[in-house]
Amino acid sequence: MNDIKVLWRGIFDENPTFRLLLGMCPTLAVSIAANQGLGMGLATTAVLVASNILISLLRSVIPDKIRIPCFIVVIATFATMVDLIMAAFVPALHQVLGIFIPLIVVNCIILQRAEAFASKNTVWRSALDGVGMGIGFTIALLMVSAIREILGSGTLFGLHVLGFWQSFEPMRIMVSPPGAFIVLGLLIGLINSLSMRRV
Amino acid sequence: MEINKLTVSSSPHLHSNNTVLRAMLWVLAALTPATLFAVYYYGAYVVVILLSSTAAAVATEALILKLRRKPLRAAVDGSAAVTGLLLALNVPASAPWWLVAIGAGVAISIGKQVFGGIGHNPFNPALAARAILVVSWPERMTRWVGPGLVSAATPLAQYRAGVAVPAHADLFLGLRPGSLGEMSVFLLLLGGALLIYLKIIDWKIPASFIGTVALLTWALPTEGQTAFFAGNPLFHVLSGGLVLGAFFMATDWTTSPLTKRGRVVFGFGAGLITAIIRLYGGLPEGVTFAILIMNACTPLIDRYTLGKSFGSTRGAM
Repeated sequence: MNDIKVLWRGIFDENPTFRLLLGMCPTLAVSIAANQGLGMGLATTAVLVASNILISLLRSVIPDKIRIPCFIVVIATFATMVDLIMAAFVPALHQVLGIFIPLIVVNCIILQRAEAFASKNTVWRSALDGVGMGIGFTIALLMVSAIREILGSGTLFGLHVLGFWQSFEPMRIMVSPPGAFIVLGLLIGLINSLSMRRV
Repeated sequence: MEINKLTVSSSPHLHSNNTVLRAMLWVLAALTPATLFAVYYYGAYVVVILLSSTAAAVATEALILKLRRKPLRAAVDGSAAVTGLLLALNVPASAPWWLVAIGAGVAISIGKQVFGGIGHNPFNPALAARAILVVSWPERMTRWVGPGLVSAATPLAQYRAGVAVPAHADLFLGLRPGSLGEMSVFLLLLGGALLIYLKIIDWKIPASFIGTVALLTWALPTEGQTAFFAGNPLFHVLSGGLVLGAFFMATDWTTSPLTKRGRVVFGFGAGLITAIIRLYGGLPEGVTFAILIMNACTPLIDRYTLGKSFGSTRGAM
């Protein structure tokens, strides 16, 4: 498996949201608007890349029996850093994402990549894997949140992209929790049917 | 040709002329009196609602069948048209045409085809779509009107507000505001009786559903009415969407139990939820949500009410 494939895998073939069905909680909970999806995706990517690198560096040091607690400590460190950095530089977004930034600690994508990839591969490959998975997660969140924001609020990144359509009435179920399930389910179905056709 | 007629095939050899299309045409026929009454009561605009809903349902069905590379014949088996008509009968007369068109599209796509089409949907598509519309455009879905499209309160809302409600005879004939198809209990009963006579629907579901609502609304105390066994069951049976829901929505073949005992349980559960929502809930009416919740319970009900197969010592699970 070459480096390009390691990077590409996370974006399509093993997309964490659409293929591995990991990280459902942030995907469903903070995808009301596109800026939330993008912010959440990038924050998770930062933690994922950093923790993949560090865990890969420590992979010969961490005892096998207590590897999960060790992973969690590493991930929690980076999640706290991202939390504080976001609070300092993007307070508005930090306010909206709220509890979901500290909850990156228990995001199963990060733990799964640490367990399944970073603890068995070189630092360079683990970093690439983190970038690929992070981008895949960000794209997925962006797709779900963009659809929900356009249909549910009539805006995209807060811009009135449907301004030309004066009589548009937003479909409010899209910004409520059931809308997240409907959009995510339809997207997963669409991607499954597309990839079945490709093979 | 002659030789084909003599082909020996394996059993079963008995054949009935029951088809989906035939049953759906009878359902449409049974709904016709109540539908015509809505046109008469509210005016010609109702025809626009009915047509846009039915057309959108059939068009969505055809489109998705085409995308799924399935035979297009299934789009004209009448089931999509029944879903479209039932959705239209569940909206206020003030609903704009695009609202019901979106609803019918949602009913067929999210309510039915994503699960695999006819016979595979866990929820009644028309009611699922109605729930989505109520959440999405709540003020449009509760803008009740009377004749001439002047706004008016439904009997259940009046009852809850403590103001005078229409007389029982008016409720029975349908001279009151409400969803397009729910008004005339008399015409709905005619249609329901036809379907029961033709054995297209089972009398057990409407009987236990309506019976439970009547019993509970009579027996249970409410905020304004603290005595037991002093409610007004006749009013509750005649108002809201109970009769429409019990005869035409709760009896949907796909989403109601297969066993006889299961159907009684199903009707009882739907009646219980309806009565609780009406008496103690935040909304004046609960038939939609009652049927949807019981749809979700249907596989479980079927599982626990299945009879023992002959000779076995344990239930056939």
